Amino acid sequence: MTAADPGTVTAAAAPPVSDSGGGSSRLPGRPQQDVVFPTRDQYVGVVRGYRDSGFEMCADLCGVDYLSHPGRRLPEGVAPERFEVVVNLLSLSQARRVRIRVQVPGSDAVVDSLFDVYPGTEAMEREAYDLFGIVFAGHPDMTRILMPEDWEGHPLRKDYGVGRVPVQFKGAPGPR
Amino acid sequence: MSDVKATAATDESGAPEPHPDTVVPPPASGAQFLQPGPGGEARGLLAETSEGVQELSRRSDTEPNELRREVGAVLRLPEGVAIDPSDIDIEQSDDETMIINMGPQHPSTHGVLRLMLELDGETVLRTKPVVGYLHTGMEKTGEELTYVQGSTNVTRMDYLSPLHNELVLSLAVEALLGVEMPPRSDWIRMLMVELNRVSSHLMWLATNGMDLGATSMMIYGFREREMVLAFFEKTTGLRMNHNFIRPGGTAADLPDGWEDDVTIICDTVMDRTGEYDELFTGQPLFRQRSEGVGTLSAEEALALSLTGPLLRSTGVPWDLRRSMPYLRYDEVDFDVIVGTYGDNFDRYSIRLNEVRESIRIIRQIVEKMPAGDYRVQDKKVTPPPRGRIDESMEALIHHFKVFTEGFKVPEGEVYVAIESPRGELGCYLVADGSPKAYRMHIRGPSFVNLQGLPVMMRGGLLADAVAVCSTIDPVMGEVDR
Amino acid sequence: MGLEDLQHNFLTGRLEDLVKWARTYSMWPATFGLACCAIEMMSVGAADFDLARFGMEVFRASPRQADLMIVAGRVSQKMAPVLRQVYDQMMEPKWVLSMGVCASTGGMFNNYAIVQGVDQIVPVDVYAPGCPPTPETLMHAILTLHEKVRTDDITHRGPRDTSAAAVGTLGSDEGRDTDDGQTEDGESTSGWTPDRPDAVHLGTPKRNPVIARSVGEPL
Repeated sequence: MTAADPGTVTAAAAPPVSDSGGGSSRLPGRPQQDVVFPTRDQYVGVVRGYRDSGFEMCADLCGVDYLSHPGRRLPEGVAPERFEVVVNLLSLSQARRVRIRVQVPGSDAVVDSLFDVYPGTEAMEREAYDLFGIVFAGHPDMTRILMPEDWEGHPLRKDYGVGRVPVQFKGAPGPR
Repeated sequence: MSDVKATAATDESGAPEPHPDTVVPPPASGAQFLQPGPGGEARGLLAETSEGVQELSRRSDTEPNELRREVGAVLRLPEGVAIDPSDIDIEQSDDETMIINMGPQHPSTHGVLRLMLELDGETVLRTKPVVGYLHTGMEKTGEELTYVQGSTNVTRMDYLSPLHNELVLSLAVEALLGVEMPPRSDWIRMLMVELNRVSSHLMWLATNGMDLGATSMMIYGFREREMVLAFFEKTTGLRMNHNFIRPGGTAADLPDGWEDDVTIICDTVMDRTGEYDELFTGQPLFRQRSEGVGTLSAEEALALSLTGPLLRSTGVPWDLRRSMPYLRYDEVDFDVIVGTYGDNFDRYSIRLNEVRESIRIIRQIVEKMPAGDYRVQDKKVTPPPRGRIDESMEALIHHFKVFTEGFKVPEGEVYVAIESPRGELGCYLVADGSPKAYRMHIRGPSFVNLQGLPVMMRGGLLADAVAVCSTIDPVMGEVDR
Repeated sequence: MGLEDLQHNFLTGRLEDLVKWARTYSMWPATFGLACCAIEMMSVGAADFDLARFGMEVFRASPRQADLMIVAGRVSQKMAPVLRQVYDQMMEPKWVLSMGVCASTGGMFNNYAIVQGVDQIVPVDVYAPGCPPTPETLMHAILTLHEKVRTDDITHRGPRDTSAAAVGTLGSDEGRDTDDGQTEDGESTSGWTPDRPDAVHLGTPKRNPVIARSVGEPL
């Protein structure tokens, strides 16, 4: 499989967005990271393509809940959804990273698992499931990893409260 | 347990439920609290601490899919090929295997890690680490705190190298802010971070020695560590969890006479590494207990996303300080220590030599430290010097706004990674233009490195299980966050 | 017939002193290090701050052999039943030292995941504040506990009287001037006083001061 051309990934063939990093001047060896926005169907294929073109390791996989975000920049043709699954791939041979952001709708928060492509995503996907409720289809052990087994709710969602216990302090309530 | 397993099996292999927006009920959660566990322990106690479907069930009860995952999938076999479970090269006796539980309260699991082990006599067949006993909701807390307060939260994740956590968050925030850091701030950060690496590896040497039975190493490691912590206390005010490296620079400048303090630390620790060498490297007992134990291959390590000394022990020369340098690592001279066999002994020797390399870096930092600002002089980010608050109303207001409301970070997202003593420590930050982070995710190296535990323990002895846990150097604070 | 039935005369008075002395100077802690405080606890056991001079360097892994549970670190919701189980497994007499602010009150983590104070689960004798408490603070807490054991009634565990201004909490005094009504009688609350060694903490639910007779009985 040829290296996935990031340009063909997004629905409208928009070029990949470079991340806003690199602002800190002392990053001489740090190249810009490309950010790629596949759809849910293209997702595993794109990741597999990157793996075959030299991205040996999946550094990070996490979820984000954009429920209360004022407005994020997305390239043309990418329909924003409530959740995003963000995958960060690392190529040791090329010393390069690429970031893959998949939009996942809140009402149907299912996305394919990357376990067969990168077995190291096992724990990270479980964490995303535990904290956001995004189910990864094909994951061998889709159970909670951080919260107790019988916990209800997904804590890192924006509509899940912090669970702050009111503390008896004299004086005005502060931001925390 | 068989009907419980049947319920779990459909979830493992089948399609997930269509409406996960509602609460996904854990399969058969209530029922198993009342069922006898393996071995039929007291039900009352089991009910309190049972993990439900996370428990390890007998090999005979496990689906072939699951067994394949444990044995073969990590090697990324071509799709469609399934390993026949009876093909596994471990001698299975006719006796029933035993499933035991180690932890979460255990002296040797390096914190609150729970291991479920399936043993055949003394041989470990399968392992399942169960984590989450220290989950603190730090990522959720990070969304409630301003960026100025963010380091207090993040620093408690990997509590053995807190300055690394603070550094990665600060680098992420600064990348989004687009500020240019003054050189002295980078050098000070580098000094603190390398000293922290020294103290973390010394702590590892101490606990690893203790786990293998060399209790004197525990005392030696802590003795040197106290020297480094005393320097930290002098500079940052605290022995641990410093909140010193903040977005915009560091909280304060280095104290007068720091060069002498640091030089004493360097000389002492360098000498003492010779002592540790004597205590461990040449000793036949230590060598037998660590050579060939917990072996990893490079393919396995890359497939499992392991980083840090684990990856370097397999022969892959990957160190972010060298390959994707941050701060001023491209201006100092140091070697990346790489192992050959991927066993415990390699990892011990990597960490010992990383202490020496860090000392080397620190000496260069002492020579090359430039004068200048220790934090960026951008009014939006940095509070004014404390002395000026008494003099100027603007300074007072500025200080007030920075510390109560915080500074705003423009909308964007970034992933920044540094090399912590445990591996690649990353921070994925999503900002929304407000003073608080919208999403702050820390990629904890120990969380990912623990995936290597089943692979490394497979086929080993129970006594080596403790050694393998120790060699991964997990810090449960960053595993569970 | 038991220790509770002894009259306090000269002979049994000396016996009590002996028992208290023995309990104090060989109080073995159970390993319950959870997070950052565990590292400071290990530092206390190590060379610079040597806990062995108090007879306490043997951290017993098995709760059956331990007297003191130092809860060092934040207790998450998942860990709470484990904590209670380990506490129940300890044999009487047992004490609990809550080390650090996370164990005492939930610390800086006032959220869904952390139990807001380990005294919601187990009865605590001494609280040591700090994040993490320096080894000196932890040693002071341990010595306070020793004083409490040495000067207290051997059959009594737990606060004698929760409404009096008895002290035992370490840390700053300015935290004591809150309006919870318990320090009205104006007694000084700085440091501990040897004759009133009970540990009183704001917010601790009122308890029956008689000790629990069997392991695991809820206090």
